[in-house]
Amino acid sequence: MDSIAIELRGIDKSFGPVHANKNINLKVRKGTIHGVIGENGAGKSTLMSILYGFYQADSGEIHVDGKQVTIRDPNAAIAAGIGMVHQHFMLVENFTVLENIMLGAEESQILNKGIAKARDELKRLEREYALEVNPDAVIEELPVGLQQRVEILKALYRRADILILDEPTGVLTPAEADHLFRVLEQLKSQGKTIILITHKLREIMAITDEVSVMRRGEMVATRTTAETSVEELAELMVGRRVLLRVEKGEAKPGDVKLSVNGLTVKDGRGVTMVDNVSFNLRAGEIVGIAGVAGNGQSELLEAISGIRRAVSGEVLLNGKPINVTGHVDPKDLRDRGLAHVPEDRHHVGLVLKFEECENAILGYHHDKRYLNGVFLNVDAIRKDAEQRIAEYDIRPPNARLKTANFSGGNQQKIVLAREMERSPDVLIIGQPTRGVDVGAIEFIHKRIIEMRDQGKAVLLVSVELDEIRALSDRILVMFAGRVVGERDPDATEGELGLLMAGVEGRKEAAE
Amino acid sequence: MSNPYAKLPGWVEYGLIPLVNLAVAFLVAGLVVLLVGENPLEAAYHLINGAFGRGEYIGFTLYYATTFIFTGLAVAVAFHAGLFNIGGEGQAYVGGIGVALACLWLDQTMPWFVVFPLAIIGSAFFGAAWAFLPGWLQAKRGSHIVITTIMFNFIASSLMVYLLTRVLKPLGSMSPQTRTFAEGGQLPKLDWLLSIFGLDIGTAPFNVSFLLALVAAFGVWLLIWRTKLGYEMRTMGHSPSAARYAGMSESRITVITMMISGALAGMMALNPIMGEQGRMQLDFVQGAGFVGIAVALMGRSHPAGIIPAAVLFGVLYQGGAEISFEMPSISRDMIVIIQGLVILFAGALENMFRPAIARLFATSSRRAAVVAQTKGA
Ligand SMILES: Nc1ncnc2c1ncn2[C@@H]1O[C@H](COP(=O)(O)OP(=O)(O)OP(=O)(O)O)[C@@H](O)[C@H]1O
Ligand SMILES: [Mg+2]
Repeated sequence: MDSIAIELRGIDKSFGPVHANKNINLKVRKGTIHGVIGENGAGKSTLMSILYGFYQADSGEIHVDGKQVTIRDPNAAIAAGIGMVHQHFMLVENFTVLENIMLGAEESQILNKGIAKARDELKRLEREYALEVNPDAVIEELPVGLQQRVEILKALYRRADILILDEPTGVLTPAEADHLFRVLEQLKSQGKTIILITHKLREIMAITDEVSVMRRGEMVATRTTAETSVEELAELMVGRRVLLRVEKGEAKPGDVKLSVNGLTVKDGRGVTMVDNVSFNLRAGEIVGIAGVAGNGQSELLEAISGIRRAVSGEVLLNGKPINVTGHVDPKDLRDRGLAHVPEDRHHVGLVLKFEECENAILGYHHDKRYLNGVFLNVDAIRKDAEQRIAEYDIRPPNARLKTANFSGGNQQKIVLAREMERSPDVLIIGQPTRGVDVGAIEFIHKRIIEMRDQGKAVLLVSVELDEIRALSDRILVMFAGRVVGERDPDATEGELGLLMAGVEGRKEAAE
Repeated sequence: MSNPYAKLPGWVEYGLIPLVNLAVAFLVAGLVVLLVGENPLEAAYHLINGAFGRGEYIGFTLYYATTFIFTGLAVAVAFHAGLFNIGGEGQAYVGGIGVALACLWLDQTMPWFVVFPLAIIGSAFFGAAWAFLPGWLQAKRGSHIVITTIMFNFIASSLMVYLLTRVLKPLGSMSPQTRTFAEGGQLPKLDWLLSIFGLDIGTAPFNVSFLLALVAAFGVWLLIWRTKLGYEMRTMGHSPSAARYAGMSESRITVITMMISGALAGMMALNPIMGEQGRMQLDFVQGAGFVGIAVALMGRSHPAGIIPAAVLFGVLYQGGAEISFEMPSISRDMIVIIQGLVILFAGALENMFRPAIARLFATSSRRAAVVAQTKGA
């Protein structure tokens, strides 16, 4: 039981001037779940990409089951028994589950024979690990939780003994995450080895046997999970003590800044996503919208910020209507003091191919200080960006770096810096800390509370209940497109959980 | 993470990889020449000699390059906004109307430097107008630009046949072309530019529109990377959802981008009409609009890449003509095949050798790192 499944010795990797992995040593014992944590940009994904053959280390050795191996590409990793579940799934959307699982492992030119065999094998895997999924379902019609399961099955089908999961729970609902953990336990009991990267220390404590901590490209510590605590891990990660729950004083609510009345939004297929929602948002308060992902929160934010057209209802910004059922110019809303941090930073909030400084003006590019007539004032843009990089501690501090090369947490800071910097009257934020490390979460939470204390109105949407409870002055719970209840921030988790599941809500609505 | 291959240094990315692609294209082309029973080395000699052997040849090469710079820029501008303008051919053709009108109107009374600016405006205007319609149809009606621009190429072709046989043809002439312009409608050659290098331009039609092409290339660089409009175009090209979030109007950008693209394609007409023939003829564009797509692909939509790519295609055109002249068993069609191979390897299969080169480079840099370490120790 005590044999070593994977050993990394002296792994080193640089991307140009960025030293992403510095002389990393890591031992992962067979049949255990090994957590890897670290700040955004600490080099976790890079290390795992080296193990999986996406990148080549500049130097260092990889040993699998005691034998040194060279992992030139993912095929070599698979041959060595290593499978990986990526943060962004690598599935063919319009293929079925079975087709996806077979892809690249067809074994023979005649598909039919292979298909029958694969179907049997898949059945066996499903039974063995309690990983049910319909093999004939088309991927794009499956919820993310099941898509992830397909990724795991794909790895198992290729006979992986070692499974790497890079932030697997970032996209999952709490119930889906629970299920994933049961699956991982099951895999472990079958003797598989699992490496789990996550920013959620609670998950580390709940499921791992050992945990390794990375900081700025170095491996700084490895602990037995049972002998450590969330506080110690947070401190190891960031290198200082971290407030896991930011202090905040009483709210002093002022005038109504944003007023939503009877808002109804349908999605592209005509399904009602937001159903007759009404609420007020006042200056100097944070209203949190809790709910399991997919219950209309995203559509609510999009409608208010003018990206998606509403079917009916009324929204007033500073007492003046926003034409939510017609054409809204997001530029006009910005001019009127509304800023929006979108949930999906990769596709909406940022252009990943742009340099950092180009993203720092996205949506504010009409601003006179960035223009000389029709020309961009490149010097002013870069100077501003550099100033904000310093203020928000965005790493690496390089305004000319391509945005895709920043780690997730730093990308999020780029968006937040841009939207907060102009000191808007109303700030609407979706998922402010998705995929963001504890140190950055502390920073972002502090900033959000600062905004409130300056008398700004903040509307916060998050699927992280902890985050909602830590920041909100009032909590609205959304279920199936409706606001099913309003609670104080000191409402218990259980109470909110029931509302989010639509249990309590029905009763309340009926009364 | 999403990029399975490590980022390569600039000289590999923009130098080595295109060169390897080009070399392979020529290698395969050589095999084709071998297949028709000719000596590929001899063909290569005629290609190079035909393109560079004499001042006159160089003049021709650069004359073609001028044309391709315009059409390449046209395609590139649209690319940046995520639009695939296949209508450069038609836009250039219709752009010719603007050139012809300016020349027919003023050639007998005004010097070239008065007519030229008007012809530039005219060609850009007509080219832009011809691109406006597909742009507008996509913005307002959702008709895909790839389809509509192809259709507009055919319409342009019919329109020009009509104009050149019925309207612009001088009375009593039997050929479908305008009258030959007087001196004011003909652009001076750049013989002085070649003579700086001790070259004699001979009969080559290398003319001042080459300088205009260089200015246009700089203008495109300014537009794309240094103006607000260019910023909006690039945002839309990379991520339409981010553009919507930022409050950029997709239909406005689509229409404007297409008009700029069309204007650049239209300006191509200056080169053959005012610079070479001194009149507008049927089919003067001769596929340059399509070559522009390959040029933009090879040049990665960057003006600094488009100019060398346009010169390369100039070489293929001029040198290719020389091959078919010197080696009669290699027909004009063979030259088209060779050009096709270049497009295939440099454009469509651009990434074919990238993984191998990336791997080679990764191992060599690792070795270098190890060497550096042992040295340090
Ligand atoms: N392809 C790349 N080119 C240049 N720099 C890169 C590249 N990939 C990663 N980096 C840099 O390497 C460092 C480590 O990145 P990595 O993605 O491994 O971090 P991480 O620990 O996974 O962070 P996160 O928790 O945000 O996912 C970062 O500074 C990042 O900007
Ligand atoms: Mg990562």
